[in-house]
Amino acid sequence: MGPQHPGRPGGPHAAESAEVGPKIALRALSVSYGDRRALTTVTLPMQAHRVTALIGPSGCGKSTLLRAINRMNDIIPGTRVEGDILLDGESIHAAGTDVVALRRRVGMVFQKSNPFPKSVFENVAYGLRITGVRDRRDIEERVEESLRAAALWEEVRDRLHAPALTLAGGQQQRLCIARALAVQPEVLLMDEPASALDPMATQRIEELIHGLKRTYTIVIVTHNMQQAARVSDTTAFLWMGQLVEYGRTEDVFTAPRERLTEDYVTGRFG
Amino acid sequence: MEPMTRMVPQVQEHLDALKERLLVMGGIAEEQVRLVTAALVRRDPELAARVQASDPPLNDLHIEIDQRCVRVLALHQPVAMDLRAVLAAVKINTDLERVGDLAVNIAEAVQRYLLHPPVSTPDHIPLMADLAQQMLRDALDAYVRHEVPLAERVLDTDDQVDALKAQVSVDLVPVMQAVPSTIEPALDLILIARHLERIADHATNVAEDVIFMVSGRDVRHHGAAS
Repeated sequence: MGPQHPGRPGGPHAAESAEVGPKIALRALSVSYGDRRALTTVTLPMQAHRVTALIGPSGCGKSTLLRAINRMNDIIPGTRVEGDILLDGESIHAAGTDVVALRRRVGMVFQKSNPFPKSVFENVAYGLRITGVRDRRDIEERVEESLRAAALWEEVRDRLHAPALTLAGGQQQRLCIARALAVQPEVLLMDEPASALDPMATQRIEELIHGLKRTYTIVIVTHNMQQAARVSDTTAFLWMGQLVEYGRTEDVFTAPRERLTEDYVTGRFG
Repeated sequence: MEPMTRMVPQVQEHLDALKERLLVMGGIAEEQVRLVTAALVRRDPELAARVQASDPPLNDLHIEIDQRCVRVLALHQPVAMDLRAVLAAVKINTDLERVGDLAVNIAEAVQRYLLHPPVSTPDHIPLMADLAQQMLRDALDAYVRHEVPLAERVLDTDDQVDALKAQVSVDLVPVMQAVPSTIEPALDLILIARHLERIADHATNVAEDVIFMVSGRDVRHHGAAS
Protein backbone atom coordinates (compact mmCIF):
# COMPACT_ATOMS: atom_id res chain seq x y z
CA MET A 1 0.00 0.00 0.00
CA GLY A 2 1.41 3.34 -1.05
CA PRO A 3 1.28 6.59 0.88
CA GLN A 4 -2.15 7.84 1.85
CA HIS A 5 -3.43 11.20 0.70
CA PRO A 6 -6.49 11.93 2.80
CA GLY A 7 -7.65 15.00 0.88
CA ARG A 8 -6.93 13.79 -2.63
CA PRO A 9 -9.92 13.17 -4.87
CA GLY A 10 -9.93 10.04 -6.94
CA GLY A 11 -10.22 10.59 -10.68
CA PRO A 12 -11.51 8.04 -13.17
CA HIS A 13 -8.02 6.68 -13.63
CA ALA A 14 -7.03 6.90 -10.01
CA ALA A 15 -6.77 3.13 -9.67
CA GLU A 16 -4.12 3.02 -12.35
CA SER A 17 -1.88 5.70 -10.91
CA ALA A 18 0.65 5.11 -8.17
CA GLU A 19 -1.18 7.56 -5.93
CA VAL A 20 -4.54 5.96 -5.31
CA GLY A 21 -7.41 8.28 -4.42
CA PRO A 22 -9.92 7.52 -1.70
CA LYS A 23 -12.33 4.64 -2.20
CA ILE A 24 -15.16 6.87 -1.07
CA ALA A 25 -15.11 10.66 -1.19
CA LEU A 26 -17.85 12.76 0.35
CA ARG A 27 -17.94 16.16 -1.32
CA ALA A 28 -19.75 18.91 0.61
CA LEU A 29 -22.49 16.41 1.35
CA SER A 30 -25.67 17.75 2.93
CA VAL A 31 -28.75 15.68 3.66
CA SER A 32 -32.12 17.03 4.78
CA TYR A 33 -35.27 15.20 5.79
CA GLY A 34 -38.03 17.65 4.91
CA ASP A 35 -37.15 20.86 6.78
CA ARG A 36 -34.67 19.18 9.07
CA ARG A 37 -31.04 19.22 8.04
CA ALA A 38 -29.30 16.06 9.23
CA LEU A 39 -25.91 16.61 7.62
CA THR A 40 -24.24 19.85 6.61
CA THR A 41 -21.55 20.11 3.91
CA VAL A 42 -19.44 17.18 5.00
CA THR A 43 -16.27 16.61 2.99
CA LEU A 44 -14.54 13.40 3.94
CA PRO A 45 -12.28 10.93 2.15
CA MET A 46 -12.29 7.24 3.07
CA GLN A 47 -9.34 5.15 1.98
CA ALA A 48 -9.61 1.66 0.53
CA HIS A 49 -8.86 -1.24 2.90
CA ARG A 50 -9.23 0.97 5.92
CA VAL A 51 -11.82 1.03 8.65
CA THR A 52 -13.35 4.46 9.13
CA ALA A 53 -15.30 4.95 12.35
CA LEU A 54 -18.06 7.54 12.56
CA ILE A 55 -18.57 8.75 16.12
CA GLY A 56 -20.73 11.41 17.73
CA PRO A 57 -23.76 11.79 19.98
CA SER A 58 -27.19 10.52 18.97
CA GLY A 59 -28.70 12.62 16.22
CA CYS A 60 -25.33 13.95 15.03
CA GLY A 61 -25.87 12.59 11.53
CA LYS A 62 -23.56 9.59 11.53
CA SER A 63 -26.22 7.04 10.52
CA THR A 64 -27.49 9.45 7.85
CA LEU A 65 -23.93 9.70 6.55
CA LEU A 66 -23.55 5.93 6.53
CA ARG A 67 -26.83 5.39 4.71
CA ALA A 68 -25.95 8.08 2.18
CA ILE A 69 -23.05 5.98 0.93
CA ASN A 70 -25.31 3.34 -0.59
CA ARG A 71 -28.25 5.70 -1.09
CA MET A 72 -30.39 4.00 1.54
CA ASN A 73 -31.75 7.46 2.42
CA ASP A 74 -33.46 7.52 -0.98
CA ILE A 75 -36.20 5.32 0.40
CA ILE A 76 -37.13 7.88 3.08
CA PRO A 77 -39.72 10.29 1.61
CA GLY A 78 -38.74 13.98 1.63
CA THR A 79 -35.00 13.32 1.71
CA ARG A 80 -32.91 15.90 -0.11
CA VAL A 81 -29.24 15.36 -0.87
CA GLU A 82 -26.83 18.12 -1.91
CA GLY A 83 -23.16 17.76 -2.69
CA ASP A 84 -21.91 14.42 -3.88
CA ILE A 85 -20.36 11.10 -3.00
CA LEU A 86 -17.75 9.54 -5.25
CA LEU A 87 -17.11 5.82 -5.26
CA ASP A 88 -13.80 5.11 -6.98
CA GLY A 89 -14.01 8.62 -8.37
CA GLU A 90 -17.47 8.21 -9.89
CA SER A 91 -20.53 10.02 -8.57
CA ILE A 92 -23.11 7.70 -7.04
CA HIS A 93 -25.76 10.28 -7.91
CA ALA A 94 -24.90 10.49 -11.60
CA ALA A 95 -27.86 10.11 -13.95
CA GLY A 96 -28.30 6.48 -14.85
CA THR A 97 -26.70 5.12 -11.68
CA ASP A 98 -28.06 1.65 -11.03
CA VAL A 99 -28.92 1.84 -7.32
CA VAL A 100 -29.28 -1.93 -7.01
CA ALA A 101 -25.79 -2.39 -8.45
CA LEU A 102 -24.51 0.33 -6.12
CA ARG A 103 -25.93 -1.51 -3.11
CA ARG A 104 -24.28 -4.69 -4.30
CA ARG A 105 -20.93 -2.87 -4.31
CA VAL A 106 -21.69 -1.20 -0.99
CA GLY A 107 -23.15 -3.74 1.43
CA MET A 108 -24.69 -2.98 4.77
CA VAL A 109 -24.87 -4.66 8.17
CA PHE A 110 -27.39 -3.34 10.66
CA GLN A 111 -27.44 -2.92 14.42
CA LYS A 112 -29.93 -5.72 14.99
CA SER A 113 -29.14 -8.91 13.21
CA ASN A 114 -32.01 -9.55 10.84
CA PRO A 115 -31.68 -13.00 9.30
CA PHE A 116 -34.51 -14.11 7.07
CA PRO A 117 -36.74 -16.84 8.55
CA LYS A 118 -34.97 -19.37 6.38
CA SER A 119 -32.08 -21.76 6.80
CA VAL A 120 -28.51 -20.65 7.46
CA PHE A 121 -27.62 -21.67 3.92
CA GLU A 122 -30.54 -19.88 2.30
CA ASN A 123 -29.80 -16.66 4.14
CA VAL A 124 -26.41 -16.45 2.49
CA ALA A 125 -27.57 -17.87 -0.85
CA TYR A 126 -30.48 -15.44 -1.10
CA GLY A 127 -28.49 -12.47 -2.37
CA LEU A 128 -26.74 -14.68 -4.91
CA ARG A 129 -30.00 -16.01 -6.29
CA ILE A 130 -31.51 -12.55 -6.73
CA THR A 131 -28.39 -11.37 -8.52
CA GLY A 132 -28.85 -14.20 -11.00
CA VAL A 133 -26.42 -16.89 -9.81
CA ARG A 134 -28.14 -20.16 -10.72
CA ASP A 135 -25.50 -22.88 -10.68
CA ARG A 136 -25.93 -24.95 -7.52
CA ARG A 137 -22.22 -25.64 -7.15
CA ASP A 138 -21.37 -21.97 -7.57
CA ILE A 139 -23.87 -21.07 -4.89
CA GLU A 140 -22.56 -23.72 -2.50
CA GLU A 141 -19.00 -22.54 -3.00
CA ARG A 142 -19.89 -18.91 -2.48
CA VAL A 143 -21.94 -19.70 0.65
CA GLU A 144 -19.02 -21.58 2.20
CA GLU A 145 -16.58 -18.86 1.20
CA SER A 146 -18.78 -16.16 2.72
CA LEU A 147 -19.37 -18.10 5.93
CA ARG A 148 -15.65 -18.67 6.23
CA ALA A 149 -14.94 -14.96 5.63
CA ALA A 150 -17.46 -14.13 8.37
CA ALA A 151 -15.68 -16.59 10.71
CA LEU A 152 -18.87 -18.63 11.07
CA TRP A 153 -18.22 -21.69 8.89
CA GLU A 154 -16.76 -23.91 11.59
CA GLU A 155 -19.73 -23.26 13.86
CA VAL A 156 -22.49 -23.90 11.30
CA ARG A 157 -21.06 -26.35 8.76
CA ASP A 158 -23.02 -29.20 10.35
CA ARG A 159 -26.30 -27.31 10.48
CA LEU A 160 -26.44 -25.36 7.28
CA HIS A 161 -30.07 -26.27 6.85
CA ALA A 162 -31.17 -25.41 10.37
CA PRO A 163 -33.28 -22.25 10.73
CA ALA A 164 -31.04 -19.17 10.99
CA LEU A 165 -33.10 -17.92 13.92
CA THR A 166 -31.87 -20.85 16.04
CA LEU A 167 -28.34 -19.38 16.00
CA ALA A 168 -27.03 -17.34 18.95
CA GLY A 169 -27.14 -13.52 18.67
CA GLY A 170 -23.49 -13.13 17.77
CA GLN A 171 -23.73 -15.93 15.22
CA GLN A 172 -26.81 -14.32 13.65
CA GLN A 173 -24.89 -11.07 13.27
CA ARG A 174 -21.98 -12.90 11.62
CA LEU A 175 -24.51 -14.63 9.38
CA CYS A 176 -25.76 -11.20 8.31
CA ILE A 177 -22.16 -10.23 7.58
CA ALA A 178 -21.75 -13.43 5.54
CA ARG A 179 -24.95 -12.56 3.68
CA ALA A 180 -23.55 -9.11 2.89
CA LEU A 181 -20.22 -10.61 1.76
CA ALA A 182 -21.84 -13.22 -0.52
CA VAL A 183 -22.55 -10.72 -3.29
CA GLN A 184 -18.88 -9.69 -3.18
CA PRO A 185 -19.19 -6.03 -2.24
CA GLU A 186 -16.25 -3.61 -2.17
CA VAL A 187 -17.46 -1.56 0.76
CA LEU A 188 -19.14 -2.69 3.98
CA LEU A 189 -21.23 -0.22 5.94
CA MET A 190 -21.81 -1.29 9.53
CA ASP A 191 -24.35 0.46 11.72
CA GLU A 192 -23.47 -0.41 15.32
CA PRO A 193 -22.93 -4.04 14.39
CA ALA A 194 -22.06 -5.17 17.91
CA SER A 195 -24.23 -2.99 20.11
CA ALA A 196 -26.68 -5.80 20.90
CA LEU A 197 -24.00 -8.42 21.57
CA ASP A 198 -22.24 -9.67 24.68
CA PRO A 199 -18.50 -8.94 25.15
CA MET A 200 -17.30 -12.26 23.66
CA ALA A 201 -19.52 -11.95 20.59
CA THR A 202 -18.47 -8.31 20.29
CA GLN A 203 -14.83 -9.31 20.35
CA ARG A 204 -15.41 -11.83 17.57
CA ILE A 205 -17.10 -9.17 15.43
CA GLU A 206 -14.22 -6.78 16.08
CA GLU A 207 -11.65 -9.41 15.12
CA LEU A 208 -13.69 -10.11 12.03
CA ILE A 209 -13.71 -6.44 11.06
CA HIS A 210 -9.96 -6.36 11.50
CA GLY A 211 -9.56 -9.31 9.12
CA LEU A 212 -12.14 -8.11 6.60
CA LYS A 213 -10.41 -4.83 5.91
CA ARG A 214 -7.79 -6.66 3.88
CA THR A 215 -10.51 -7.27 1.31
CA TYR A 216 -13.07 -4.56 1.92
CA THR A 217 -13.31 -0.89 2.76
CA ILE A 218 -15.28 -0.58 5.97
CA VAL A 219 -17.25 2.28 7.45
CA ILE A 220 -18.61 1.68 10.92
CA VAL A 221 -20.94 3.70 13.11
CA THR A 222 -20.45 3.01 16.79
CA HIS A 223 -21.50 4.54 20.09
CA ASN A 224 -18.77 2.62 21.82
CA MET A 225 -15.65 4.81 21.98
CA GLN A 226 -13.36 1.94 22.89
CA GLN A 227 -14.68 -0.03 19.96
CA ALA A 228 -14.02 2.84 17.56
CA ALA A 229 -10.52 3.11 19.01
CA ARG A 230 -9.89 -0.62 18.70
CA VAL A 231 -11.23 -1.37 15.23
CA SER A 232 -10.73 1.73 13.12
CA ASP A 233 -7.80 3.29 11.29
CA THR A 234 -9.42 6.67 10.90
CA THR A 235 -12.12 8.32 12.94
CA ALA A 236 -14.56 11.05 11.97
CA PHE A 237 -16.31 12.94 14.74
CA LEU A 238 -19.67 14.45 13.85
CA TRP A 239 -21.64 16.90 15.90
CA MET A 240 -24.99 18.42 14.99
CA GLY A 241 -24.65 17.32 11.41
CA GLN A 242 -21.19 18.77 10.95
CA LEU A 243 -17.83 17.11 10.66
CA VAL A 244 -15.80 18.44 13.57
CA GLU A 245 -12.66 16.39 13.14
CA TYR A 246 -11.32 13.63 10.98
CA GLY A 247 -7.96 11.98 11.43
CA ARG A 248 -5.96 8.91 12.34
CA THR A 249 -7.74 7.08 15.13
CA GLU A 250 -4.61 7.05 17.27
CA ASP A 251 -4.45 10.84 17.04
CA VAL A 252 -8.15 11.37 17.71
CA PHE A 253 -7.93 9.26 20.86
CA THR A 254 -4.62 10.54 22.17
CA ALA A 255 -4.38 14.17 21.11
CA PRO A 256 -7.41 15.38 19.13
CA ARG A 257 -7.07 18.73 17.40
CA GLU A 258 -10.46 20.10 18.45
CA ARG A 259 -11.60 20.84 21.98
CA LEU A 260 -15.08 19.57 21.09
CA THR A 261 -13.64 16.19 20.06
CA GLU A 262 -11.58 16.06 23.24
CA ASP A 263 -14.70 16.77 25.33
CA TYR A 264 -16.71 14.13 23.48
CA VAL A 265 -14.24 11.25 23.54
CA THR A 266 -13.48 11.85 27.21
CA GLY A 267 -17.19 11.87 28.09
CA ARG A 268 -17.39 15.55 29.01
CA PHE A 269 -20.51 16.00 26.96
CA GLY A 270 -22.88 13.75 25.13
CA MET B 1 -19.50 25.42 18.46
CA GLU B 2 -20.24 24.75 22.12
CA PRO B 3 -21.85 21.61 23.50
CA MET B 4 -25.18 22.03 25.25
CA THR B 5 -24.63 19.73 28.20
CA ARG B 6 -21.27 19.60 29.93
CA MET B 7 -20.58 16.75 32.29
CA VAL B 8 -17.90 15.96 34.81
CA PRO B 9 -16.90 12.39 34.05
CA GLN B 10 -16.18 10.03 36.90
CA VAL B 11 -12.56 9.78 35.80
CA GLN B 12 -12.06 13.46 36.69
CA GLU B 13 -12.34 12.65 40.38
CA HIS B 14 -9.51 10.11 40.06
CA LEU B 15 -7.38 12.52 38.02
CA ASP B 16 -7.84 15.24 40.65
CA ALA B 17 -6.78 12.82 43.38
CA LEU B 18 -3.74 11.80 41.33
CA LYS B 19 -2.74 15.41 40.90
CA GLU B 20 -3.13 16.09 44.62
CA ARG B 21 -0.91 13.12 45.56
CA LEU B 22 1.72 14.12 43.01
CA LEU B 23 1.83 17.62 44.45
CA VAL B 24 2.37 16.23 47.94
CA MET B 25 5.19 14.13 46.54
CA GLY B 26 6.64 17.08 44.64
CA GLY B 27 6.56 19.17 47.82
CA ILE B 28 8.50 16.53 49.75
CA ALA B 29 11.06 16.08 46.98
CA GLU B 30 11.59 19.83 46.71
CA GLU B 31 11.98 20.15 50.48
CA GLN B 32 14.59 17.36 50.50
CA VAL B 33 16.68 19.24 47.94
CA ARG B 34 16.33 22.44 49.98
CA LEU B 35 17.36 20.72 53.22
CA VAL B 36 20.31 18.86 51.79
CA THR B 37 21.64 22.08 50.25
CA ALA B 38 21.28 23.80 53.62
CA ALA B 39 23.11 20.89 55.26
CA LEU B 40 26.02 21.42 52.88
CA VAL B 41 26.13 25.21 53.15
CA ARG B 42 25.68 25.28 56.96
CA ARG B 43 27.87 22.20 57.48
CA ASP B 44 25.06 20.54 59.43
CA PRO B 45 25.38 16.71 59.58
CA GLU B 46 22.10 16.40 61.51
CA LEU B 47 20.20 18.08 58.73
CA ALA B 48 21.86 15.73 56.24
CA ALA B 49 20.82 12.79 58.43
CA ARG B 50 17.24 14.05 58.37
CA VAL B 51 17.25 13.92 54.58
CA GLN B 52 18.72 10.42 54.67
CA ALA B 53 15.87 9.31 56.92
CA SER B 54 13.09 10.98 54.95
CA ASP B 55 12.99 8.67 51.94
CA PRO B 56 10.22 6.25 53.08
CA PRO B 57 7.28 8.69 52.64
CA LEU B 58 8.38 9.34 49.06
CA ASN B 59 8.69 5.64 48.36
CA ASP B 60 5.21 5.02 49.78
CA LEU B 61 3.76 7.77 47.62
CA HIS B 62 5.61 6.40 44.60
CA ILE B 63 3.85 3.06 45.01
CA GLU B 64 0.49 4.58 45.88
CA ILE B 65 0.48 6.86 42.81
CA ASP B 66 1.49 4.02 40.52
CA GLN B 67 -1.37 1.92 41.88
CA ARG B 68 -3.81 4.77 41.34
CA CYS B 69 -2.62 5.15 37.74
CA VAL B 70 -3.03 1.43 37.05
CA ARG B 71 -6.52 1.53 38.55
CA VAL B 72 -7.61 4.49 36.41
CA LEU B 73 -6.21 2.87 33.26
CA ALA B 74 -7.85 -0.47 33.97
CA LEU B 75 -11.23 0.77 35.13
CA HIS B 76 -11.78 3.91 33.07
CA GLN B 77 -9.73 3.39 29.90
CA PRO B 78 -9.11 7.11 29.58
CA VAL B 79 -8.49 8.68 26.20
CA ALA B 80 -7.22 12.00 24.84
CA MET B 81 -6.38 14.55 27.57
CA ASP B 82 -7.37 12.11 30.33
CA LEU B 83 -5.02 9.49 28.92
CA ARG B 84 -2.24 12.05 28.60
CA ALA B 85 -2.84 13.13 32.21
CA VAL B 86 -2.46 9.56 33.50
CA LEU B 87 0.64 8.90 31.36
CA ALA B 88 2.16 12.16 32.60
CA ALA B 89 1.38 11.17 36.18
CA VAL B 90 3.11 7.79 35.76
CA LYS B 91 6.25 9.47 34.48
CA ILE B 92 6.28 12.45 36.83
CA ASN B 93 5.87 9.99 39.70
CA THR B 94 9.05 8.16 38.67
CA ASP B 95 10.97 11.40 38.23
CA LEU B 96 9.99 12.70 41.66
CA GLU B 97 10.94 9.43 43.30
CA ARG B 98 14.35 9.66 41.64
CA VAL B 99 14.74 13.24 42.90
CA GLY B 100 14.19 11.90 46.41
CA ASP B 101 16.82 9.20 45.88
CA LEU B 102 19.30 11.74 44.56
CA ALA B 103 18.70 14.00 47.57
CA VAL B 104 19.60 11.01 49.77
CA ASN B 105 22.72 10.40 47.68
CA ILE B 106 23.68 14.03 48.12
CA ALA B 107 23.10 13.75 51.89
CA GLU B 108 25.50 10.79 52.00
CA ALA B 109 28.14 12.76 50.09
CA VAL B 110 27.57 15.74 52.42
CA GLN B 111 28.18 13.50 55.45
CA ARG B 112 31.50 12.37 53.97
CA TYR B 113 32.40 15.91 52.92
CA LEU B 114 31.79 17.22 56.43
CA LEU B 115 34.45 14.88 57.81
CA HIS B 116 37.03 17.17 56.17
CA PRO B 117 37.82 20.84 56.48
CA PRO B 118 35.84 22.91 53.95
CA VAL B 119 37.21 23.21 50.41
CA SER B 120 37.36 26.79 49.28
CA THR B 121 35.42 27.09 46.03
CA PRO B 122 33.10 29.57 44.26
CA ASP B 123 29.38 29.29 45.13
CA HIS B 124 28.46 27.32 42.04
CA ILE B 125 26.95 24.37 43.92
CA PRO B 126 24.44 26.39 46.00
CA LEU B 127 23.56 28.24 42.79
CA MET B 128 22.95 24.92 41.05
CA ALA B 129 20.81 23.78 43.98
CA ASP B 130 18.74 26.98 43.81
CA LEU B 131 18.19 26.55 40.09
CA ALA B 132 17.29 22.86 40.43
CA GLN B 133 14.75 23.66 43.16
CA GLN B 134 13.31 26.50 41.11
CA MET B 135 13.02 24.15 38.13
CA LEU B 136 11.19 21.56 40.21
CA ARG B 137 8.85 24.22 41.59
CA ASP B 138 8.15 25.69 38.15
CA ALA B 139 7.63 22.26 36.59
CA LEU B 140 5.07 21.38 39.27
CA ASP B 141 3.38 24.79 38.98
CA ALA B 142 3.19 24.27 35.23
CA TYR B 143 1.67 20.85 35.93
CA VAL B 144 -1.00 22.29 38.23
CA ARG B 145 -1.82 25.27 36.02
CA HIS B 146 -1.44 23.48 32.66
CA GLU B 147 0.98 26.23 31.69
CA VAL B 148 3.15 25.34 28.70
CA PRO B 149 5.27 28.55 28.63
CA LEU B 150 6.33 27.99 32.24
CA ALA B 151 7.27 24.38 31.42
CA GLU B 152 9.29 25.63 28.46
CA ARG B 153 11.18 28.00 30.77
CA VAL B 154 12.20 24.98 32.84
CA LEU B 155 13.71 23.37 29.74
CA ASP B 156 15.74 26.52 29.07
CA THR B 157 17.05 26.68 32.66
CA ASP B 158 18.47 23.17 32.37
CA ASP B 159 21.26 24.48 30.12
CA GLN B 160 22.43 26.84 32.89
CA VAL B 161 22.59 23.98 35.37
CA ASP B 162 24.60 21.85 32.93
CA ALA B 163 27.06 24.72 32.46
CA LEU B 164 27.43 25.21 36.22
CA LYS B 165 28.10 21.51 36.72
CA ALA B 166 30.95 21.68 34.21
CA GLN B 167 32.23 24.77 35.98
CA VAL B 168 32.38 22.97 39.35
CA SER B 169 34.94 20.51 37.96
CA VAL B 170 36.88 23.32 36.35
CA ASP B 171 36.97 25.08 39.74
CA LEU B 172 38.08 22.04 41.71
CA VAL B 173 40.70 20.34 39.55
CA PRO B 174 43.41 22.98 40.29
CA VAL B 175 42.49 22.90 44.00
CA MET B 176 43.03 19.11 44.09
CA GLN B 177 46.27 19.43 42.18
CA ALA B 178 47.57 22.06 44.55
CA VAL B 179 46.50 20.43 47.84
CA PRO B 180 46.19 16.62 47.61
CA SER B 181 44.43 16.44 51.00
CA THR B 182 41.44 18.17 49.37
CA ILE B 183 40.99 15.36 46.82
CA GLU B 184 38.48 13.36 48.85
CA PRO B 185 36.16 16.24 49.83
CA ALA B 186 36.53 17.82 46.38
CA LEU B 187 35.47 14.57 44.70
CA ASP B 188 32.39 14.57 46.92
CA LEU B 189 31.61 18.13 45.81
CA ILE B 190 31.90 17.03 42.16
CA LEU B 191 29.58 14.13 42.94
CA ILE B 192 27.10 16.48 44.62
CA ALA B 193 27.18 18.72 41.54
CA ARG B 194 26.51 15.73 39.37
CA HIS B 195 23.52 14.68 41.52
CA LEU B 196 22.12 18.22 41.39
CA GLU B 197 22.49 18.21 37.64
CA ARG B 198 20.52 14.95 37.54
CA ILE B 199 17.81 16.49 39.72
CA ALA B 200 17.55 19.34 37.20
CA ASP B 201 17.24 16.70 34.45
CA HIS B 202 14.32 15.11 36.28
CA ALA B 203 12.67 18.52 36.63
CA THR B 204 13.18 18.88 32.88
CA ASN B 205 11.48 15.53 32.33
CA VAL B 206 8.53 16.68 34.41
CA ALA B 207 8.29 19.86 32.32
CA GLU B 208 8.38 17.82 29.12
CA ASP B 209 5.59 15.60 30.45
CA VAL B 210 3.54 18.69 31.26
CA ILE B 211 3.93 19.96 27.69
CA PHE B 212 2.82 16.56 26.39
CA MET B 213 -0.08 16.40 28.81
CA VAL B 214 -1.38 19.86 27.90
CA SER B 215 -0.68 20.06 24.20
CA GLY B 216 -0.09 16.48 23.04
CA ARG B 217 3.35 17.58 21.77
CA ASP B 218 6.34 15.35 22.48
CA VAL B 219 9.31 17.68 22.97
CA ARG B 220 11.73 15.10 24.38
CA HIS B 221 15.07 14.83 22.63
CA HIS B 222 14.30 18.12 20.86
CA GLY B 223 11.05 16.68 19.54
CA ALA B 224 12.85 13.92 17.59
CA ALA B 225 9.69 11.80 17.18
CA SER B 226 7.70 14.56 15.51
